[in-house]
Amino acid sequence: MLELAIGLILGGCAIGAGIAMIAGFGPGIGEGQAVAAACEAIGRQPESQSAVTTTMLMGCAVAETTGLYSFVIALLLIFLAPGRFVNILLKALGKM
Amino acid sequence: MSILLLILAILPIVAGIIIKIMFVPAVEGISVTGAHIFFTIDLPLGGLPITESQVNSWLVILSLFFFCLFLTHDLKTKDISKRQVIAEWIVEAVDKMVLKNMGDFFMGFGPFIAAIMGLSAMTSLMSVVGLFPATSDINVVGGWAILVFFVITYYKLKAGILVYLKGFTEPVAFFAPVNVASEFATPFSMAFRHYGNVLSGSIISVLIASVLGALSNLVFQWLPEPLSSIEFFRIGLPAIFSIYFDLFSGCLQAFIFAMLTMLYVSNGFPQDEYFKRKALKHAKENKK
Repeated sequence: MLELAIGLILGGCAIGAGIAMIAGFGPGIGEGQAVAAACEAIGRQPESQSAVTTTMLMGCAVAETTGLYSFVIALLLIFLAPGRFVNILLKALGKM
Repeated sequence: MSILLLILAILPIVAGIIIKIMFVPAVEGISVTGAHIFFTIDLPLGGLPITESQVNSWLVILSLFFFCLFLTHDLKTKDISKRQVIAEWIVEAVDKMVLKNMGDFFMGFGPFIAAIMGLSAMTSLMSVVGLFPATSDINVVGGWAILVFFVITYYKLKAGILVYLKGFTEPVAFFAPVNVASEFATPFSMAFRHYGNVLSGSIISVLIASVLGALSNLVFQWLPEPLSSIEFFRIGLPAIFSIYFDLFSGCLQAFIFAMLTMLYVSNGFPQDEYFKRKALKHAKENKK
């Protein structure tokens, strides 16, 4: 029974990490649009290339933040959460 | 003298490699591990672990310190040397960037921005020589973000505490809780952005290396025994991906961290109120 419970915890953490990374959609679409707009701007005004590139990189970095939040949560779910939850379970069962 | 300083600048990096070889246990196979804890100092409020990221960031600080001394010692006004040209170029570039993004009032910010940028870039680039990049530890980057948060708040308070508190009720007083939350979200997002980018780069590098190892085992298994155990694809190929994940991403994150610092500080500073207040004070003193 205990093995089943621990297995459920591990599986739940893995699935949760996978679901958390769905947030990668947002930054991907957003950064793609930003780069597309930057390309358009450079095509229209080639002399403004350096300014546009700098601004685009800044904007991309800011747009990436939500994706990185989800990445950090996925990492926590993979590396930190299983140990914590298993410890809590074992403590609750009085086996520690 | 300059040779000595250059050697002193390279020595910390070499020392870091030696420390890593001597004290950090080798990782079996492919795995993602955090910073290695060398030892723990017992303090009244709990143990203070001395980790790889602390040691590496101190080594970077030492290295940068001696490198700056190497660039700037023995300055002249006539027939200048090559390293003085480099030093002047760095100072001028940073000053130009600060002037462009922050305006006249913040010209004194040059050294601070250059220090943050250099430290961040060098710490991320430690992974090029195989050391643990301290920026992939949330504690290091979190410390920098808290420092930047204090600087931002200091400049917001420059025009008096009333103006600072009034800033939270914009555009309407109803938004005050949201504004307070977004105030604290600034250091969080800065720390997580830098840390997440560097860490995800190193994890992807590890994954690429493991995939290439498995692939070369699959492709070259028909070779005779000593040759087939060599993973050919892992020679050199991961370095190509490392150009993006270590070199470009590390430098870009350093630039973005410095840029965001400049933007947050100069945007948070209530310029009109500050100068109004200053003029008022000046007028009062003149009356006396």
